[in-house]
Amino acid sequence: MTDIPRLSLRGLSKSFPGVLANDNVSFEVKPGEIHALLGENGAGKSTLVKMIYGIMQPDAGEIFWNGERVVIHNPKAARKLGIGMVFQHFSLFEALTVLENIALGMDAKIPQRELEGRIRQVMELYGLKLDPRRIVADLSVGERQRIEIVRALLLNPSLLIMDEPTSVLTPQEVDQLFAVLRQLAQEGCSILYISHKLHEIKALCGTATILRGGKLVDTCDPRVETSRSMAEKMIGGNLKDIQKPVGKGFGAEKFVVTELNVPAAGHFGTELKDISFRVHAGEVFGIAGVAGNGQTALQLALSGETVTQDRDAIRINGDAVGELHAKARRLRGLATVPEERNGHAAVPDFTLSENSLLTGRDRLKLAVSGIIHPTRARKYTGEVISAFAVKATGTEATAGSLSGGNLQKYIMGREILQRPEVLIVNQPTWGVDAGAAAAIRQALVDLAAAGSAIVVISQDLDELLELCDTLAVINGGALSKAMKVSDADINEIGLLMGGIHGDAEATRHVAEEQAHHAA
Amino acid sequence: MRLKLEKRGEPSRLMLYATPVAAVLITMIVGAIIFSAIGYNGLAAVYQVFVAPLVTVYKWQDIALKASPLILIGVGLAVGNRAAIWNIGAEGQYVVGALGGVGIGIATLNMHGPWILPLMVLGGLAGGAVWGSIPALLKTRFNVNETLSSLMMTYVAIHMMNYFVTGPWKNRKGFSYPQTPPLTHDQMMPTLIPGTQVHYGVLFTLIIAVGMWLVMSRSVFGFQVRVIGSAPNAARHGGFSQKLTVWFVFLLSGALAGLAGVFEVTGPYGQMTLGFPQNYGFTAIIVAFLGRLNPLGVILAGIVMAITYVGGDLAQSAAQLPNASKGIFQAMVLFFLLASDILIRYRVRIVGGAPVPVVTPARSPAE
Repeated sequence: MTDIPRLSLRGLSKSFPGVLANDNVSFEVKPGEIHALLGENGAGKSTLVKMIYGIMQPDAGEIFWNGERVVIHNPKAARKLGIGMVFQHFSLFEALTVLENIALGMDAKIPQRELEGRIRQVMELYGLKLDPRRIVADLSVGERQRIEIVRALLLNPSLLIMDEPTSVLTPQEVDQLFAVLRQLAQEGCSILYISHKLHEIKALCGTATILRGGKLVDTCDPRVETSRSMAEKMIGGNLKDIQKPVGKGFGAEKFVVTELNVPAAGHFGTELKDISFRVHAGEVFGIAGVAGNGQTALQLALSGETVTQDRDAIRINGDAVGELHAKARRLRGLATVPEERNGHAAVPDFTLSENSLLTGRDRLKLAVSGIIHPTRARKYTGEVISAFAVKATGTEATAGSLSGGNLQKYIMGREILQRPEVLIVNQPTWGVDAGAAAAIRQALVDLAAAGSAIVVISQDLDELLELCDTLAVINGGALSKAMKVSDADINEIGLLMGGIHGDAEATRHVAEEQAHHAA
Repeated sequence: MRLKLEKRGEPSRLMLYATPVAAVLITMIVGAIIFSAIGYNGLAAVYQVFVAPLVTVYKWQDIALKASPLILIGVGLAVGNRAAIWNIGAEGQYVVGALGGVGIGIATLNMHGPWILPLMVLGGLAGGAVWGSIPALLKTRFNVNETLSSLMMTYVAIHMMNYFVTGPWKNRKGFSYPQTPPLTHDQMMPTLIPGTQVHYGVLFTLIIAVGMWLVMSRSVFGFQVRVIGSAPNAARHGGFSQKLTVWFVFLLSGALAGLAGVFEVTGPYGQMTLGFPQNYGFTAIIVAFLGRLNPLGVILAGIVMAITYVGGDLAQSAAQLPNASKGIFQAMVLFFLLASDILIRYRVRIVGGAPVPVVTPARSPAE
């Protein structure tokens, strides 16, 4: 092995209208190195790897591959060089098998039998458990990711780019993934690992390059840094801790769900089975789980966007509301924030003050007897903008013109300032930068302290552990028993998240191993 | 050098209003070129279609009479299109509305009183609404695409009209012409401007258009319609029902088309004939889009389209254009409008330099 870097970027710049996404970025990735690319949303990580993978062309700067200058015109050219990439969002056909999906993604036509042999070989080599004959729709998210990894590994890459790979995995699946990545690195494959989960980077990576606002701010060794020091480099400021009230007990039961059953929506939807939980005034109740286990269906059922026939299944302050629609539930004090900001929580083409009408028109009397009062809507929206430090050109900015983090702050503010009795949020800080995420979490804790009951559905376990008093895990549309966060066991939560829906064999395997260690 | 489309941060308000004007201007230019190319005097044709009706004062009443049904139907369609609910069957609702009015007219031929005309107007509203309710029912109950069902209902309506006009409602004293008996004085819309054919229906049309503008911009109903059209999931989140909106929209646009029909039959026509359907229901689709789905814009767009109706007739005699040519002009307006809509969300930029070739990696020798 020589000391010529596998990949070397020199002065890469890329601009979009109004944004300099990458500004003169230079760094190197050595052979066999696991190199972290760190940064907040919008820091320019995605743009940078898209240029490396040939999806975009740099405006300026050069890319060197094993010491040679290259121009990578498209992903096919990148793959030819030996660059593989596993995207955060998978491109898989649900109705096809694993094998068919991999065959469709290959540049060269390989006979199915030979391909299957090679797939099994790669899986064997890296301990990736997956049956090539299974239909993708039946697979867990972790298993789907394995398809993408196998697809990349079939090309014998010498650089593998992983874009936020663990955001959809259980803790056990993360461990399995890391084992594969370490094995790859040992064999000389370089890995460019994009993430904002700092403890993972500390555990896995030997070098970290930190981007902020499109610029490279630091290259450091994550093993000697602390999570906090890296986070502060990422945001370029001091990180605030959540201020939780101490020694405050809960009040009366505010939100009670009893054996809620909802049939699956559509072919690939998740059925909700006998969901029961109760949330008290002042309590933050977390629902953990891997994506696609019924979180969306649960959110819709709780908000009233889908209704049940069983009116007693959901109670707000003792009132049975199961049969009521979203508007009627909202009038009883329920506020909700769905996961998807654009097009679900907010109308992107509408102004912020029009978006305030969407959920606040009845509770806040922004519309009376069917007539809209635009001045009231503007006033309320102005309050939300200033209370939550939303960066917008004003109350008449369209929702779609706001960045993800700012729109989320507006949406959270719009619900929280309505002083709801119960607030249900799905993925409150998904795709939101660290500063905004901290502000949103603090606002949730403050709302609970003021006596509201809060339900947080999230795939980010760290967030739930930081935020919640009580936690339950959703898996395959069923909810586990609630546990106190103070005495929750991360391994147990991980096993519940893997559950029967995921790779049952792997879960059992891990469980046995742990039992063995414990003995 | 090449042209590049760039997404705008915010949709351009200037382009929102400029593109309809541009669409009409481009139609005039392209129309002149096309008609010259096929051997007509293209400039004269464009002049006759777009300008002559405006400079000929006695044609203004024709413009008002043609614009009225276009505006009335167009306002209803604009509301529906705002909700992304596509009622293509306004022509049928217009015909059934007229039939509803005429049906009451035939039943009251020998009666007198000021109650008859309002009853006929109600009959028109009801006829259009009933015809609109069929696609609404099919969509909300069986998820049938409303574009197809509403269009097909138009042909049913026209055949139904043919049946009544040539059958049970045929004027027995009409020398076997296929037409209904003429409406009586009490059944006709009174004239608004003495000495012209401009009737009270035109005034009501303007009042309704302005009223609908208020409803769309100031009421929760208008908000609901816009949210449903822009982001259906957000509408559900906000507590609005998609199904109810489909019903509202079809009943409203059907009723307005029916009202246009009854105004037309109690106004200029005075009876039903086989030539009653004038494609107003289809042209109103263009009117709705040209008016930017805004009821006030629809008023202007209705006048522009009415000019092409009147001008198309003038061009037949003055520039020997075939009757179908006004349809060509009307279609071109919609075509250029939809094509230029991209400028609302994108801007065109001229970029220097050669286009980037899309080829396999080019490696330069190691430095």
